[in-house]
Amino acid sequence: MKKYWRSLEEYDIVRQGNMPEPTEEFSTEGLTADEIKNKYKANRRDFLKLLGFSTAYAVAATSCQQPVRKAIPYLVRPENVTPGVANYYSTVMNDGYTFGSLLLKVRDGRPIKVEPNDLADYPGTNAIMQAGILDLYDTARLQYSSKKGNEISWDKAVSEIKAKLDELNAAGEKVYLIASTVNSPSFKKLLIGFVEKYPNVEIVYADPVDYSAIKEAYKNLTGKEIIPSFRFDKAKVIVGINADFLGTWLSPVEFSAQYAKGRDLTKGQKALSKHYQVESIMSLTGTNADERIIIKPAEELKIVAKLYNEIAKVTGKATVNAPKCDKDISKIVKDLLKHKGQSLVVSGTNDTGIQTLVAGINKMLDNYGKTVDTARTFNLYQGGDKKLGEAFEQIKNGKAGGVMVMNINPFYEYPVDDKTKAAFGKLKLSVAFADRNDETASQMTYVLANSHYLESWGDAQPYSDTFMLQQPVINKLWDTHQPEEFFMKVLGESGDYQSYVQKYWEETLYPNAAGYNGFTDFWVKSLQNGIFKATMTPAEPTPADKKNEDKTAELKAENVPGGFAYVVNNQDKLLKFNKPQGEELVIYQKVHMQTGKYANNPWLQELPDPVTKVVWDNYVSVSPKYAEEKGLKQEDVVKVSYNGYEVELPVVIQPGQDNSTIAIAMGYGRKGAGPIGDGIGKAVTGFIQIKDGKRFYSRIPAKIEKTGKTYTIASTQTHHTMEGRDIVRETTLENWKKDPTHGNEKHQYYLKKLKGITLYKHGYNPEDYPGHHWGMSIDLNKCTGCSACIVACQVENNIAIVGKDEVKKKRIMHWLRIDRYYSQEENELHSPVQENPEVVHQPVMCQHCDNAPCENVCPVAATPHTREGLNSMAYNRCIGTRYCMNNCPYKVRRFNWYNFVEGGDYNYLFNDEIKRMVLNPDVVVRQRGVVEKCTMCIQRIQEGKLRAKSEGRQLKDGEIKLACEQACPTGAITFGDMNNPESRVIKLFDDPRAYGLLEELHTLPSVVYLTKVRNKEHVDFDYSIDAHGGEHTEGHREEHHG
Amino acid sequence: MYKKEVRGELILGNKSYGDITKDILRHQEAGAKTPLWWWIAFIISFILMSIGLGYFVPLTIAKGIGIWGNNNQTAWGWAIINFVWWIGIGHAGTAFSIFLLVLRQKWRTSINRAAEAMTIFAVLAAGLFPAIHVGRPWDEMFIFPYGPNSRGLWVNWNSPLLWDVIAISTYLTTSALFWYIGMIPDFATIRDRSKGLKKKIFHALSLGFVGHLKTWRRFEDAVIIIGGLAAPLVISVHSIVSTDFSVSVLPGWHETIFPPFFVVGAIFSGFAMVLTLMIIIRKVYKLHEYVTDDHLDAIARIIMFVSLIMGSAYLIEEFIAYYSASPFEKHVFLEMYLKGDYALPYWGMVIFNAFVPQLFWFKKIRRSLLALFIISIIINIGMWLERYNIVIPPTAQDFLPANWGEYSPTKVDIWIYLGTLGLFGVGVLLFMRFLPIMAMNELKQQAKRQTSLTVEKSVYDIFEKKLIK
Repeated sequence: MKKYWRSLEEYDIVRQGNMPEPTEEFSTEGLTADEIKNKYKANRRDFLKLLGFSTAYAVAATSCQQPVRKAIPYLVRPENVTPGVANYYSTVMNDGYTFGSLLLKVRDGRPIKVEPNDLADYPGTNAIMQAGILDLYDTARLQYSSKKGNEISWDKAVSEIKAKLDELNAAGEKVYLIASTVNSPSFKKLLIGFVEKYPNVEIVYADPVDYSAIKEAYKNLTGKEIIPSFRFDKAKVIVGINADFLGTWLSPVEFSAQYAKGRDLTKGQKALSKHYQVESIMSLTGTNADERIIIKPAEELKIVAKLYNEIAKVTGKATVNAPKCDKDISKIVKDLLKHKGQSLVVSGTNDTGIQTLVAGINKMLDNYGKTVDTARTFNLYQGGDKKLGEAFEQIKNGKAGGVMVMNINPFYEYPVDDKTKAAFGKLKLSVAFADRNDETASQMTYVLANSHYLESWGDAQPYSDTFMLQQPVINKLWDTHQPEEFFMKVLGESGDYQSYVQKYWEETLYPNAAGYNGFTDFWVKSLQNGIFKATMTPAEPTPADKKNEDKTAELKAENVPGGFAYVVNNQDKLLKFNKPQGEELVIYQKVHMQTGKYANNPWLQELPDPVTKVVWDNYVSVSPKYAEEKGLKQEDVVKVSYNGYEVELPVVIQPGQDNSTIAIAMGYGRKGAGPIGDGIGKAVTGFIQIKDGKRFYSRIPAKIEKTGKTYTIASTQTHHTMEGRDIVRETTLENWKKDPTHGNEKHQYYLKKLKGITLYKHGYNPEDYPGHHWGMSIDLNKCTGCSACIVACQVENNIAIVGKDEVKKKRIMHWLRIDRYYSQEENELHSPVQENPEVVHQPVMCQHCDNAPCENVCPVAATPHTREGLNSMAYNRCIGTRYCMNNCPYKVRRFNWYNFVEGGDYNYLFNDEIKRMVLNPDVVVRQRGVVEKCTMCIQRIQEGKLRAKSEGRQLKDGEIKLACEQACPTGAITFGDMNNPESRVIKLFDDPRAYGLLEELHTLPSVVYLTKVRNKEHVDFDYSIDAHGGEHTEGHREEHHG
Repeated sequence: MYKKEVRGELILGNKSYGDITKDILRHQEAGAKTPLWWWIAFIISFILMSIGLGYFVPLTIAKGIGIWGNNNQTAWGWAIINFVWWIGIGHAGTAFSIFLLVLRQKWRTSINRAAEAMTIFAVLAAGLFPAIHVGRPWDEMFIFPYGPNSRGLWVNWNSPLLWDVIAISTYLTTSALFWYIGMIPDFATIRDRSKGLKKKIFHALSLGFVGHLKTWRRFEDAVIIIGGLAAPLVISVHSIVSTDFSVSVLPGWHETIFPPFFVVGAIFSGFAMVLTLMIIIRKVYKLHEYVTDDHLDAIARIIMFVSLIMGSAYLIEEFIAYYSASPFEKHVFLEMYLKGDYALPYWGMVIFNAFVPQLFWFKKIRRSLLALFIISIIINIGMWLERYNIVIPPTAQDFLPANWGEYSPTKVDIWIYLGTLGLFGVGVLLFMRFLPIMAMNELKQQAKRQTSLTVEKSVYDIFEKKLIK
């Protein structure tokens, strides 16, 4: 046997034959094979030991396992995608509900933020546009097409529908295509082709909210059935009559931007537009009015008629017969007459008589072509309820063979009776083009899943001279198709819809374009800009024209619409005066919920209503006096019933509302919106009356009775007065003209007397901020309270949604909030119930104090001050003592009370793999137990600084825009570098109207507010600087009126 | 300085050293039966502690502070009220013991031990709240300025919360040390009188104390030195707790009166708690010869005096708020407290703290055990209300009315509070059962001082002991 050795020492031992014995345990010497086997046989104990060890090891090993994170790098980098760098694409949100020309921020292939397109006439967004990005990732969207609830391939569905259409066409049976307004010229062309191929199809346009009274009014007066474009910026006197034009009416974003131009005192302008609001409920627009007159809904026509007659008397037109009206509107009349051609009267009521008189008032005031442009028509909301009603009637009577409902939800938005609904089930063909299984789609045989607007191609023509392009910014998430594809396929058009749009633009629009280097150049530039303004309106073939002509010819025989004579001759037919009849129910739209299309969007649900500040609910709002009389308290549940329809809703007491009016918002009580929106609030569709063939949303003689129940309402603000503190500083135009610091005297005192005085060394030291020093200015005169900034901030900064219960506990996470206060003239304070208060809105976010109370109390130094004047948050360092929250006088700090991120109970956004795609990768999501707050979009500041640095230049003023600033349609928020003497923000800091919120606490805030100035006097509106000095006597005014 | 003619007899019944030892240790000597009331009280306290601290505290840590009633407006809620309240109670023991020691007030001797024990458990209960109140308790070490600073970040010395951590931990350590050192001779007594395991435990605890003259001297030096060191801590700890509020900018918090006001309030609540506890101990252990009516009378007089200070502090707060003309201050003090949403707790506080103790002007009430007991409880409720008024209203309605909100605790808040009461109860009951509830060595000194005990009697004691053995 060989001997092995390892070292010389061992060799010696081995050589001497003294090889050490193997230890006993492992020795096999002298044992037989069986014995060896037995010796090393594992016994039961060993087995158990091994079992125990391996179990313990397995448990230990698996419990330490990290969750698998999927991060797959690109193998081949897509063109234009640089990881970490955002691309921006222009597109259009044009879904029949909301319209906006937008810029989409796309990071790593994911659209994550909506910004306004600066090239639009009036750039801006509202809350719905801002929040709309989440609808793209909404998992409640239809992910495939279906037939009777079962999945079916889109191709198969289309061919089956086509076969049915052919069949019905051959049989000559009528098919209704009920669609929301199509303003896309190429889609219109496609639909014309469709109707030509299937003459049995009748297209019925219907809108979520009917505006057809305006069209009828203009037909009565001008002969053209149009909605004109309005110019609030050119109007020096604005009279809104139940029209929430800053919140919901027609095109609120554009109107807000226009309106703000007349309210801007920072650009040298020495006057303000005068805004009268005549309304029954407190609308967002009403909160901004200089003077607000409360009327009963039934009085509206009387007042409009009185206004009409007063102006007609002066302008020499025939008056209409109207009952006596005791509301004093002489001020309005005087102001309107003084500003002929510079005034604007609008009404939001869907009543042809009112709208006709309003159109007439504008005409008598020479506003046409100035503030009312009938040549540049507004192409949204072109639906007509009359035709929709007829269609439903035909379907109900079994006179239709099929129906296709496209991009609209009439079963929710229109009061459809059960018989009609049942008749839909008997149709040979029923198709819905819908993005979710909503109230209408769920009743249809075929449901074709719509793509989101961010996945679709298209174009739009919001005004007769403006064209916009819509481009997809992400590949389709699911098996969805835009409706246009259906029509192309049915018509056998080749190519995709993109090429169809392109062809249309090449053929129709390019000939009208000048200054482009070939069509490709035109196309690329238009696509980049998103907007193309035609110098002339291209002729478009509409078969409807012919029909209209026929109808006009018919009418000609009896009475020609178009002119004051027609109005006066037909006044009995047009003007239906009503007597107030006890309580009247008004159904209104909330600024952020509107018609309820986006009810499944938690950002919108959690956005406080700009007036009531209530979230996640609708309710019955009543005036304080009414509540007192009826013994109602906030949160009492009442039963509202009318015509067999009843809802039980809690009461919210709303100052400034008419005493006999009760109001409920539409857009709630959805049944097919999705898991988040369904069942929130109550639907009020059943209350909507059909008057004159049109949906009519007010003057509903509903009954209201107490139920004795209560219901919890979550409101972000429960205290509504300022307690005499100067938080929002206010003055009147007259006083401001005399002294620009009026109303803001305390700031002057602060500057002169207090600013330098301190016991401590801490204070503002310019040397602390050698580079940039960021600051922000908020013009309270321009802020309308529309709340677009709140959602923009929430989207940009990945702010958690917490749900109603948490909001009720005052744990809302919004970094930016808008405080709303009611105020009253001192001499009116004797009345215990505020009847017609004035309202102010004040956006409050972190003020980035240079002497911040929150900073010095943090024991772990988690919230230090940066060298650029920002109050920053180190989330990783924060242990959550919440001392900073207590010590913040503005209470803008927010605590993560639960794990809203990846916490099982909060299924709004963060806990859904797909919805999480909307998160901004530049902003960290916050863990449970840390404090967060406005960072002044530090990620945007950083991005701007890096861009300037890489381009080797100084940062330009206005280059960095914060999310709130960018979203704001009125430009109320300005951000900039206070160390740059040329910056806009430092100029605003020096404005005599500027003041710091709670500056007397010596917090040295980096945010200033500009005093709100109300136009209380009948002073001349003058855009020129210091022209007349604004001295007007009463006699002078009379003379003007003369 | 003890003067018999002023203070009277502090130990009644002409006790011998042996009597004192027997009386104090009766309940924990071998063969003593644990009484039924003890078991009932212990089980109740233990259940409260188990539910409050054993279930709801881990639940808070698992789920988040969201299960409490706190909100973005009132970011501190019950936890901080209870923290300040317990700290206040935790004041009394050391204040009682040390101030009276330094002032050589000999009537402290029969009370100081229990008061010190109470301090320890109250401070433990108090310390729990800041620990579980933070959002991320697992990162709490960030708050300690510890040396090997691998995080490259230092703490913020400007923050009162950091002062708090240091003040409370110092106070807890010093109080515990003071309590322990004071017990050493008594441990030695127990050691000498017990057998088996108990003897071993007390042998270790008594640190080899044998009663040499030298040992006695060092012991007394140690007690007086630690007492002297601890005396400023008594002032500092609640002053620092008060800076949690007074350093802030909130109306109702930003007050220069707070440090003395808090210290006085703490002594007030602490003395009331001492009173409660001593009445119970005296009653259940039948120690009325050691805790005499004169003792309770003295405590009641102190409470009455402190109550006057409290009342004037309340008045000064109101006056300054009026005089400041600050709308924010005026809102808190003149609106919210006097007639607004918080009038009930405010007036409750004023009546309980400033008026009710004035009943002690009457000797009859000072001498009535029941009245003393009820008033001592009322004072502790009043002091809880005071902390409620300090913590909640100023945050609930501060500068911007748009933020104003309400605060209400959840059941978790309430259970954790009950849990700390249970913890306190368990601690005190264990102390009553297993440790010398009065400082025997000091009582004996006192006994010697006040009576003409003869050497013979002492010698007789020793003989008797030997004979028994």
